[in-house]
Amino acid sequence: MTKYLFKSAFILMAIVMASCSNDDDTTPVPVNEEEVITTLTATLTPQGGGTPVILQSRDLDGDGPNAPVVTVSGNLTAGTTYDAAIVLLNETENPPENITLEVIEEAEEHQFLFFTSGSLNATITYVDFDSDGNPLGTQFTLDAGTASAGALRIILKHEPTKPNDGTILGAGGETDIDVTFDITIQ
Amino acid sequence: MRLILIILLCFVCSAGYAQECNNTLTGRVADRHDGTPLSGAVVVLMNTDKATLSDFDGKFRFSSLCAGTYSVEISHPECQPRIFSVTIPSEDELNIELEHHVELLKQVTVVGTAYSTKSETLLENRINLATLEEFSGASFGDAINTLSGVSSLNTGNAVVKPMINGLHSSRVTIINNGVRLQDQEWGAEHAPNIDINTAGAITVLKGASALQFSGDAIGGVIISEPARIPIKDSLFGKTILHGATNGRGGSVTTSLTKSYHSGWYATLQGTYKRFGDFEAPDYVLSNTGIHERDGSLRIGYKQFDQGFEGYYSIFKNEIGILRASHLGGASDQFSAIGNDRPLIIRDFTYDIESPRQDVTHHIAQLSGFKRVNDLGKLSLSYNFQFNERFEYDVRRGSDKDIPSVDLELTTHNVALDLESEIKDNLGIKVGLAGNFQNNFADPDTGVRRLIPDYDQYRASVYGIADLGVTENLNLEFGGRFEYTYMDAKKFYRTSFWESRGYDMLFPDIVIEEFDNQILTNPKLKFSNLSATFGLNYQFDSNYIVYANYSLASRAPNASELFSEGLHHGASRIELGDLGFSSEVGHKIGLTLQKKSGILRFTVNPYINLISDFILIEPTEIQQTIRGNFQVWEYRQTSARLAGVDFDLNADIADNLEFEHQFSYINGKDRTMDLPLINMPPASTTNSLHYTFPDFYDLVLSVKSEYVFMQNEFPDNNFEVFFPDTGTTEIIDVSTPPDAYHLLGLRAKAGFNIGDAGTRLDLGLAVANLFDTSYRNYLNRLRFYADDLGRNIMLNLKISY
Repeated sequence: MTKYLFKSAFILMAIVMASCSNDDDTTPVPVNEEEVITTLTATLTPQGGGTPVILQSRDLDGDGPNAPVVTVSGNLTAGTTYDAAIVLLNETENPPENITLEVIEEAEEHQFLFFTSGSLNATITYVDFDSDGNPLGTQFTLDAGTASAGALRIILKHEPTKPNDGTILGAGGETDIDVTFDITIQ
Repeated sequence: MRLILIILLCFVCSAGYAQECNNTLTGRVADRHDGTPLSGAVVVLMNTDKATLSDFDGKFRFSSLCAGTYSVEISHPECQPRIFSVTIPSEDELNIELEHHVELLKQVTVVGTAYSTKSETLLENRINLATLEEFSGASFGDAINTLSGVSSLNTGNAVVKPMINGLHSSRVTIINNGVRLQDQEWGAEHAPNIDINTAGAITVLKGASALQFSGDAIGGVIISEPARIPIKDSLFGKTILHGATNGRGGSVTTSLTKSYHSGWYATLQGTYKRFGDFEAPDYVLSNTGIHERDGSLRIGYKQFDQGFEGYYSIFKNEIGILRASHLGGASDQFSAIGNDRPLIIRDFTYDIESPRQDVTHHIAQLSGFKRVNDLGKLSLSYNFQFNERFEYDVRRGSDKDIPSVDLELTTHNVALDLESEIKDNLGIKVGLAGNFQNNFADPDTGVRRLIPDYDQYRASVYGIADLGVTENLNLEFGGRFEYTYMDAKKFYRTSFWESRGYDMLFPDIVIEEFDNQILTNPKLKFSNLSATFGLNYQFDSNYIVYANYSLASRAPNASELFSEGLHHGASRIELGDLGFSSEVGHKIGLTLQKKSGILRFTVNPYINLISDFILIEPTEIQQTIRGNFQVWEYRQTSARLAGVDFDLNADIADNLEFEHQFSYINGKDRTMDLPLINMPPASTTNSLHYTFPDFYDLVLSVKSEYVFMQNEFPDNNFEVFFPDTGTTEIIDVSTPPDAYHLLGLRAKAGFNIGDAGTRLDLGLAVANLFDTSYRNYLNRLRFYADDLGRNIMLNLKISY
C-alpha cells in the first residue's frame, strides 16, 4: 500500500509537471488600450473666415507617467464668434481611433461641460444635442468678448445626470476628459 | 427538556512515560449550547472491561491504558450513542463535536463532526455549524467577522475580505476542505470564493502555525471544513431558506448525505443566492446586487485505517459594485467625498450593471490516506483549481459588454503527508508538496493586463513535532521551506519602464519593443523559510495558557510586483516594484484561557514585527487627459502590529448568558514612524442570550456592537488645483469615519414536524435595529455612501 501511495504520488507529480511545460514558449500579444482617449482637439473657426485656433491636449501614454501636452495655437480675436468642433482620438492604436463618433452615437450618455475662469470674457453655447434635446457639446460656438485672459476648462462626462444645471456636481457621472487651456482674447 | 442536544466532547489525551500500560485518557462531556458539563454520560472503552461515567463537571478519566487503538463509545440519557476511535497514546488533542436530534423516535440521525487540532500552541477560534447556519444568506467573510480580532476589508457589502489582526489578502491563507484556496486573493476587492454553506466548521488561527498548509500566512489561517460524516447507514439532509428585507432577496441552500456502514458516503450540496440593490437608511445603494450559484459533491470511502475522497465544488458569483464609486479623476473624487449622498442614486432593481464582478471558481480534489504499521498515517492529495475572474467597467460603445479584467488562474497542487508517533509523547507530521500555477490574462479586453501572464512553480517541505513534556505541558515546533520560481511575461509602458529606471536595472529581461510598450520576461526566485515554536500549559483544570512564536515569510504577489496603471475601482494609479524581496513576519502571541465555570474568558495579547512589509501609499498626483489622479505606490518598510483580543462569557443567571468581545490593534510603520493605514478601529460587542429550555429551545438575543473612531491613521490627503475656480482644494481620503453603535435582535426556536425526524428551526433577526446611518473605516466605498440600513432576516432550516 505504501509503495502504491508513493507510486501514485510520483505519477501525479509527473502529470503536473508535464502539464506545466507546454505553455512555456507562448509570447503574449500587446494590448492597446481601446478605451483611452489620448487626444482632444478643439478647432475654433472664426465665423466669416480666418485662421482657426486649435486647442489640443495630447497624452500618448494614457495614464502612464508622462503628463499630457497642452497646446493653444494662437489668441482669439475680441468680438468674434467661433464655430468649434471637438475631435477625440485614441492614438495608442494604429490607425488612431476616432472616439468622437462613439460619443455622438451615445449622446444620451455623454455631455461636454465648459467653464471659463479668470477674467476670460467668453460665452459658450451648445450647438449639438442628444435625442432627448439635452446638450452634448461636440460642437459649440464661442463668443469672444472684450480683450481678456483666463482659462477654458473642457470636461467630458460619461453617464451624467441629464438634463443638469451645467455644474460638475449637478452633472455627476464620471470624468472621461478634464483639460484646461490658457486663452487670451485680444 | 432540550429538543436538540449538542454535545461537545473534549478529549485531552495525555501520555505517560513508560512504554507500556500506564497511559491515561481524559476528557470532558459538555453541552455545546452553553458549555455546561453533562454529567452521567457513559463512556465505554470497547473491547476492554473499562467503563466510566462523566462526573459532575462532565469529566472522565481512564488510566493504565496500553498503547493501541481503542473504540470509545459515549452515551447519554438524552443522546444516541456515538463511537469513534482513539489511538493511545495520542499526540493530538482530539475535539469531537456531536450534533444530535434527540427526539427522532430514537432513530439515529446524528450529524457528527470531528475536528482535529490545527495547532497545539495557538488558540483556535472556531465557529460552529449553528452560527454558520445563521449566516447562510451572507458571505464567508461576514461569518468570520464574528470572532474577536477578526475584521474585514469590505468593498461595499458584498465583497468581504477577512482580516486577521489587521492583515488581509495574501497574508491570510484560506483552506477549504484541505485545499489552499488560490483565487487571486491578492486583490483587496477580491472576496474569498467559498460558499459559507459548504462549511461544517471554520477555524481561525491568528498566526502562521498551520505549517502543513502554508508558511506565508503572516496574518493567519482560516480553515473551513465540511461536516464529518459518520460511518453508518444513514440518509440525512437539510435545507435552509433565508430571506432579508434589505436587498429584498434571499438564499436557499440544501444538502443531502448518504452514508453506509461499509464506509462509503456521498454528499451533494447546492446554494442559490439572489439579492437586488441594498439600501442605506436614506437611499438605495445602486448597483449592489448579488447573484450567487454554488454546488459541491463529495464521494468517498472511509474506515479507521484507510480512506479516500473525491471532491468537486463550483462557486459562481456575480456582484454589482456601487455605481457611485466608479469615478474619473481627483475632481470627481472631490465632489463625491464632499457630498453626503452618493452622486448616483437610482430606483431599486435586481439588475446588476457595470461596474460588476463575475467570478467562477472550481475546485477538484482527490485525496486518500492509509495507516501503515510502524510508520503512521500517510496521506496523498491532488487538487486542481480554476479561477475565472471578469470585471466589467463602465465603458463606451462596442466595449460595453467586454470585461476590463479577464483573468484565468489555474493551479495544480500535489501533497504527500505523514503523521507519525515517534515515541509515546512525541508525534511528528512531515510532508512535501509541489504546486504549479498559471495565470492567463485575455488580451481581448482592450485594457492593458492588470496581472501579467505567468507560470509559477513552487516546491515545499515541512515538518512539525509536538512533545508532551508533562501531563500539563506540551511543546510544538515546526519548520517549512518553500521555493518559488515565477516566470512572467509582462508588458510595460515604455514611459513607465524608463521613468522607473528599469531600463538601467533590468535591461536583460527585455524581449521585444513595440510602439509604446516593452515586453519583458521577469524570472523571479524566492526562498521562504517559516518556523513556529510554542507551548501550552494547563495549570489547573480550568486554566490553560498558550504561548507561540511564529516566523512567516511571504514572497511578494503578482499585484505588488507588477501593478502599473489606473485601478478603476479605487480611482487611483497603482505602481508595483519589480525589485521587491520577501516579507518576513515574527509574531508572538500569548493566550490565557479559562474554559469552564460561570465565568469563562480568553485574553490574547500579541505582537507582530514584520520586516520588508509591503504597503501601498500615495506618493504624488499624476496628470492625465482624464484629469488628475493620485498615484499610490507600493513600498517596503518595517512594520509593527500589536494588539489584544478579549472574549468573555458569563452565566449571569439560569438560562441567561452574557457575551463580550473587545479587540484593539495598533499598527505602526517603524521606518517612517507613522500609523499604518486601514488598521481596524477598536471595537466591542456585547450580547445577552436568554434561553427558554422548556419552550421549543427558544433563544432571545440582543447584541450591541460599538466601533470606535480610528484615531491612528496616516495623512494621505492631497491637494488638487481647480483651474476654473482658481482654487486649491484638499481631498480628504484619510480621516476615518465617526464611531458608531449598532443594535441587533435575534430570536430562534426549533420545532418537530411529525415523527419521521423532520425538524424545523426558525430564526428571526434584525440588524441595525435603529436604522443608524454610519460608515465603516474598513469599507473601501465609505467615501461614497453610507453602510447598510436596517435589515430584517428570516432563517428557516429544515433538517431531515
